[in-house]
Amino acid sequence: MKRRDFLLKSAAAGVVAGAACTIGGYGRVMGGVPSPAAYDMVAIRGGEAAAMFDKGISALGGMSAFVKKGQKVVIKPNIGWDVVPEKAANTNPALIKRIVEHALRAGAGEVYVFDNTCDDWVKCYKTSMIEKMARDAGAKVVPGNTENYYQEISIPGARVLKKAKVHELILESDVFINVPILKVHSSAKMTASLKNMMGVVWDRRFWHTNNLHQCIADYGMSDYKPHLNIIDCYSVMTKNGPRGVSMADVQTMKAQLISTDMVAADTAAARLLGLDPERVDHIPIAHQMGVGSMEIDSMNIHKIAM
Amino acid sequence: MKSSALRKFRVVFASLLIISVAFVFLDIRHMIPESWVTGILYIQFLPSLLKFINLPSLLASGFLVVLALTVFTGRSYCSFLCPLGIFQDIVNRIAGIINRKNRKFRFAIPYTITRYSLLAITVIVALAGSVLMVTILDPYSIFGRMMTYFLKPAVVQGNNLLASILTRFDIYTLYTIQLKGITAAAFILPLFFLGLTGYMAYRHGRLYCNTVCPVGTFLGLISKVSIFGIRIDSSSCTRCGRCAVACKSSCIDFLHESIDVTRCVTCFNCIDSCNDNAISFGIRRSGKMVDGSEEENSKGRRKVAAAGEPEQIKKPVQAGQSGIGESINEESVDNGKRNFIFNSLILSATFTSLANGQDAPVPTKASTVRENREYPVCPPGGIGQEHFNDYCTACSLCVSACPTSVLRPSFRSYGLDGIMQPVMDYHKGFCNFECTVCIDVCPTGALMPLILEAKKLTQIGKVKFIKENCIVETEKTDCGACSEHCPTKAVKMIPFIDNLVIPEVEEDICIGCGACEYACPTVPFKAIYVNGNPVHLDAKKPETGTLDDKVLEEFPF
Repeated sequence: MKRRDFLLKSAAAGVVAGAACTIGGYGRVMGGVPSPAAYDMVAIRGGEAAAMFDKGISALGGMSAFVKKGQKVVIKPNIGWDVVPEKAANTNPALIKRIVEHALRAGAGEVYVFDNTCDDWVKCYKTSMIEKMARDAGAKVVPGNTENYYQEISIPGARVLKKAKVHELILESDVFINVPILKVHSSAKMTASLKNMMGVVWDRRFWHTNNLHQCIADYGMSDYKPHLNIIDCYSVMTKNGPRGVSMADVQTMKAQLISTDMVAADTAAARLLGLDPERVDHIPIAHQMGVGSMEIDSMNIHKIAM
Repeated sequence: MKSSALRKFRVVFASLLIISVAFVFLDIRHMIPESWVTGILYIQFLPSLLKFINLPSLLASGFLVVLALTVFTGRSYCSFLCPLGIFQDIVNRIAGIINRKNRKFRFAIPYTITRYSLLAITVIVALAGSVLMVTILDPYSIFGRMMTYFLKPAVVQGNNLLASILTRFDIYTLYTIQLKGITAAAFILPLFFLGLTGYMAYRHGRLYCNTVCPVGTFLGLISKVSIFGIRIDSSSCTRCGRCAVACKSSCIDFLHESIDVTRCVTCFNCIDSCNDNAISFGIRRSGKMVDGSEEENSKGRRKVAAAGEPEQIKKPVQAGQSGIGESINEESVDNGKRNFIFNSLILSATFTSLANGQDAPVPTKASTVRENREYPVCPPGGIGQEHFNDYCTACSLCVSACPTSVLRPSFRSYGLDGIMQPVMDYHKGFCNFECTVCIDVCPTGALMPLILEAKKLTQIGKVKFIKENCIVETEKTDCGACSEHCPTKAVKMIPFIDNLVIPEVEEDICIGCGACEYACPTVPFKAIYVNGNPVHLDAKKPETGTLDDKVLEEFPF
């Protein structure tokens, strides 16, 4: 219903960005903003990806702290590449499955999963196993391959990326869960929560031609940033990212980071990779713009070893 | 055998065949396994022959089956197995619904000089080493191009419309498919043949097959010695002429009770039309069938026929009446053809227009140095440009099947010989690393079999970097889209000024997939591109090294 209203109204308004923004945000106000978590971040290590999520989310009060009954939930993994799960270029499919299960158990009305992939999306969805696992758990797996799925929003707080075409599911959903996989990245240095947002927009080329790091940070100023970030650090690509060449690029780290703060989560993730977060340019820019905080040493981080 | 069951069998079989072949081209969801595609296209005469020359094997023996079939039954290939022939039957059937006159024929003498000249030219040019005439005239390839460039875009648009409606109801079983346009010039050939075959079939049944098609003419020659055929029983024949009216090939001279076996496509329509059970399909009796070269006979016949007989069969005419034949030209355009052209133009216009505005990057500064592509990039399995150009008949099945739409019909890239042959267009897409679909479906052996692991090491071109165009150089900001997409890390990022990184290329491990070129956001010229290898080479395996898999003992925060 919301979606049809949205389409009708935005069509009537000539798809005015401002209008799209207001109407799209309507659902969030009605659905209620997720309650603040007990910890700034939960860091888990030593278990299987799904089991680590079980522990981590319960430390944050369970999925019901984020998902209310009947809400529309969208999960955005990284499904960028047509490679098998072991190569760790895409988010761990077992983790996605478990997150879908938690969301449904918390009473979610509908759970959607999608990504705007780099390789052919049909192959990515299939080879990554995410399509199958998410569907098995009861999610709707949705394409993001053509421009018609994307609606323009404006990002008033941005410095460069003042407008972006964002996937309609992100605009319509009540809860947005970001599930990147941690990797080194040849252009952005590292990919985690902030960088994963490049898969919710249509035109990535604009980001590449207009100061990539600034655009990545800018998206964090959008009204449609994730409510929860779960960084999959189970298998971590430490070389040749983001696509990877061979299994020798992948280190089994068996870790996971969960936070509502993208900047904090990415700062911790950079340290896991052995990178100086200050040198991953989009992290300090996002911190400086107020997207989140890099000061994780003074944060309340709950660490769990399994 | 005198039963109309024969005709029914033909209609059912032909329908199934054309549906299967069309579906191979229209399979937008990639549902048909490649081995099925090979099976469905096994019997196509010229593709099979070319494949056999490349790779003599049982899989490529379809043309032998066709030859055997022709020796036994005459040109039944043309009615049962040729998708272009069946397409023309459908067109003529529709024409008959629109105006019954379109389905009434009369005996006509063949365009002997035209058809044997076209066959001779095709053979001579082929023997001289050019596939050009085969590309232009092979009926399967003509049909394939019609499917790929006209029907498939229409199917995609229909799918997209349906998908967008279903999406509104939160149903995602259908998804929209991006149409990537092709150069308008590439429509010329398919459009011409759509118009030509469409018009000729609309007005004159199988005139195209009996005048232009070299496969039809060749099989017609073999039919002269065929064992089975259509025969007229003179003891029951009342010379009513119904069979001649029903004959789409205009090859029944009922006054002489003779059938021109070089033009008969054994459609069995005549058997059905005969009220006297005088026509049947069986072992041919000598002397009762003529071949079309018997000029004297036909002249004689013309006189007899002109003397008057049944109403609708005033006189035999030069097949297809005046204006058509040796010089089929634009003057012979009529409404039927005009409609065809008009419809196709609309389709192609939508197709090309859709291509505009896609992926339009927003450049900060325009790139200045033109890419210097000395050789086009031909698809993996092509061995090299020469082999590929020699065997590809531009049926465009790979263009249809390619999941990333990187394969586009060439217009000038390969020169005249390679017109319409697919070329890798890295502005439209890039070659998926884990994919061999084009190789797996190619029916002619222009793309030779390669297993996936071998394809991943086949270097079809080499990467070239133009630093002057690169965002990192011109804007002094990070980009790296090229390196991100590279499956072998032949493009890697190395330290540049400040904290920036800039691409560096290693040609040895590059396979020429074009992911870098596609991803590169600079316009109008790319900062990174692939120069084709005229002969495909082996790429070096990227060094992988080892990784010490240490477990995380403590969080570093």
